[in-house]
Amino acid sequence: MGTIPQEHYEPKSDSAKWIESRLPVLGLIDHLRNFPTPKNLNYAYVFGGILVLFLVIQIVTGIVLAMHYQVGEYAAFASVEHIMRDVNYGWLLRYAHANGASFFFIAVYAHIFRGLYYGSYKAPREILWIIGVLIFVAMMATAFMGYVLPWGQMSFWGAKVITSLFGAIPLVGESLQTWLWGGPFVGDATLNRMFSLHYLLPFVIAGLTVLHIWALHHVGNTNPTGVEVRKESLETVKKDTVPFTPFYVTKDLFAILVFLTIYAVFVYFAPNYLGHPDNYVEANSLVTPSHIVPEWYFLPFYAILRAITFDLFWIIPAKLGGVIAMFGAIAVLAFIPWLDTSNVRSTRFRPIYRWWFLVLVIDFFVLMWAGAQPAEGIVPMVSLIGTIYWFAHFLIVLPVVGLIEKPLDRPESIEADFAAKHPHEPASGTPAAATQPAE
Amino acid sequence: MANAHDSKNHVADEDRRDVLFLATGAVGAIGVASAVWPLVDQMNPSASVLAQSSIEVDISSLEPGQEMKVSFLRAPVFIRRMTEEDIAAVNEEDASGMPDPDPRNPNTDGAVADLRDRLVDPDRDIIVLSGVCTHLGCIPLGDGAGEFGGWFCPCHGSHYDKAGRIRKGPAPENLPVPVAAFIDDDTLKLG
Amino acid sequence: MKNAIISAITALSIGFGASAAVAAGGGGKLLDHDFKFEGAFGTFDQGALQRGFQVYREVCAACHGMKFVSFRTLSDKNGPGLSTEAVKAIAAEYEVADEEGEPGDTRPGKPFDYFPTPLAEGNPPDFSLLAKARANGPHYIYSTLLGYTGEEKESGDSLLYENTAYGGYFSMAQPIDEGYVTYTDGSPETLEQYAADISEFLMWAAEPKMVERKQAGVWSFMFLILFSVLVWFTNKKVWHSVKHPD
Repeated sequence: MGTIPQEHYEPKSDSAKWIESRLPVLGLIDHLRNFPTPKNLNYAYVFGGILVLFLVIQIVTGIVLAMHYQVGEYAAFASVEHIMRDVNYGWLLRYAHANGASFFFIAVYAHIFRGLYYGSYKAPREILWIIGVLIFVAMMATAFMGYVLPWGQMSFWGAKVITSLFGAIPLVGESLQTWLWGGPFVGDATLNRMFSLHYLLPFVIAGLTVLHIWALHHVGNTNPTGVEVRKESLETVKKDTVPFTPFYVTKDLFAILVFLTIYAVFVYFAPNYLGHPDNYVEANSLVTPSHIVPEWYFLPFYAILRAITFDLFWIIPAKLGGVIAMFGAIAVLAFIPWLDTSNVRSTRFRPIYRWWFLVLVIDFFVLMWAGAQPAEGIVPMVSLIGTIYWFAHFLIVLPVVGLIEKPLDRPESIEADFAAKHPHEPASGTPAAATQPAE
Repeated sequence: MANAHDSKNHVADEDRRDVLFLATGAVGAIGVASAVWPLVDQMNPSASVLAQSSIEVDISSLEPGQEMKVSFLRAPVFIRRMTEEDIAAVNEEDASGMPDPDPRNPNTDGAVADLRDRLVDPDRDIIVLSGVCTHLGCIPLGDGAGEFGGWFCPCHGSHYDKAGRIRKGPAPENLPVPVAAFIDDDTLKLG
Repeated sequence: MKNAIISAITALSIGFGASAAVAAGGGGKLLDHDFKFEGAFGTFDQGALQRGFQVYREVCAACHGMKFVSFRTLSDKNGPGLSTEAVKAIAAEYEVADEEGEPGDTRPGKPFDYFPTPLAEGNPPDFSLLAKARANGPHYIYSTLLGYTGEEKESGDSLLYENTAYGGYFSMAQPIDEGYVTYTDGSPETLEQYAADISEFLMWAAEPKMVERKQAGVWSFMFLILFSVLVWFTNKKVWHSVKHPD
């Protein structure tokens, strides 16, 4: 199935043979169950599993909320209150969905930064990475449209401000904006299409996720050392990996439960902490909230949008410049596999880049802070510096450091790395492989 | 940790592992079940719907021979105060030979559709009927319409008498009496 | 006052809860008050809810509606807990739109109806969600009622009143003062008491399922901790043979 040798599934019973010869679904399940997974993965590698769970949570609670939600300028807000007050467990479903979006993003940011740190985007995982970037973009679109649905003040003004961005595009901007709104104003038509697409996009994300996992299973996981699983034979694979079940089922499940516990604290005890009070005021097209802020997970990119307050290169007006910068800040991620010139995958063995990575993480949080502040005082300058570093990191630091840096020594194999961490028996051992289940 | 070498300990370990696995699995199953319940229960009637599943109707303004139509659970209910002549006329008829001899009244346990068993409270002169024709669901005309002085369904010509019993036409059953009760002389509770 | 766990975790997980950390309306100053509903185990004080409702009914309702709050919910056991007879009588005091009559017709309210929106000058905000529509809602409402300085100024043809909670001048004159509402349960008829009671009532109006939510939360939290511990040990067992080969 993939490039990693894995024991071939042989159906044993007659019925299994009958099914397998018609649709190899049993083989697929067996492949997923026993997928050889590097045995040295740390807890930075749990977020993929968490993300799959949150995609399911969001789709399930979303479908259920859609049974009670009513689209429409005059119905939407009231129907959300109906859900909160009258529908059985409606408050739980809505709070789980709203906070679920936030926790989905916490997990996806952790997942992205893990990928950046351990070089998960490097060959042969470029397509795996790019699909990930597409999932991230689709998530942002979905979350944005979902936030519009309650039709509170932030919903309305957020929708208006963000869709107005498209008006900055030269020549077609104005027609594009009218097309997005379905008229000369943000109203029923806009809300209806937001709902339709908010319902559709999660299934696009689910489809992309299947491709993402397919690509992952074709090339295999990375691991904290960046040293590939030795694929020469089944024997070497067994020395470097453990089957996904049960080893990573229990480990991922533990991580999921810890994550869910924090999530539950928000859902049950601080459900509106991550929201904005203004969204409990019904949308009013005549009154703008004093300070429009997007949800926290958009803040870094919102800061980049606002950072461009001057005409770029004398020809791009500031408004368009901001839009280009914001979309560019996400698009640049897709080119990282080719911008990274290092021949070492994991930052663990990159003594110089490690510090620049830290700067990137700090930059991300600084931008997040800046995005939440009113654009006054030092905030525009901080946003601009943060924006410049964001691009400089990927376009300058990543290629240059890769060329000048002398990487540290890496372990010769995953097995050696694992044995060094668990120096229990004579470390030369093959015993780990010996105790593995045969399949 | 290291005494996994000891074969005795090893066996004990295995047992404990089984118990541990069972406990984990059982707790997990409880968790999944309790997470699924809200997803199921949300489809049950909401509090706002339940709040309207019982209404009170003020009938103090009804004079003998007058009739009112109220909306209950998205369907009409006929409430009529019968005159003494009406009552006498209905009582003279024998219900056992009518097209539908069943009283269709959940508020009493009578077997024959005579007036007593067609009323919510046999000691009162108020007759309460579901206003949906038992033929195909049209809403019959009231105020003495039809050949029997009760209700008449214009869709396919079903005639109901003063006690809402089907007398002529395609409808198979008497107009049913909804679940109802008198709170006092002036207030009827539906549902 | 705030539950320690929540503050710790919220502080740790997202120090950038920027949206929630916004100060109350235009930089006003909020007073603190110990509400019984705060914290992970906090529940509403039924007496305070009933008194707060009385304040709403006798003072606020003249201008402020509560269009998402149904009369029937006044009998919620985790809410004001009024008897169904009392609710019926209260509902009947209000005239609501009669959807079966001509447009503009009204009829006396029934328990399943919602608090109507009175016709009042200047569109005073609806009270259904006020406690969630302001940062630090209950404290904001409490502080507003106690925050009048007595200063006034003219703006166009209307008067504006200074309020420290709002942090400037706004258009609502001081609506209530000592002795305006007569309590039957012996609670002090002071402005502080009125302010605390109406704030508690409006928090309930905005979040009527709060008590259920917290109770479910305590169970969920305990469950997740227990399950996490079990899975932790299960995971250790599973990995034991790999990490400590014989």
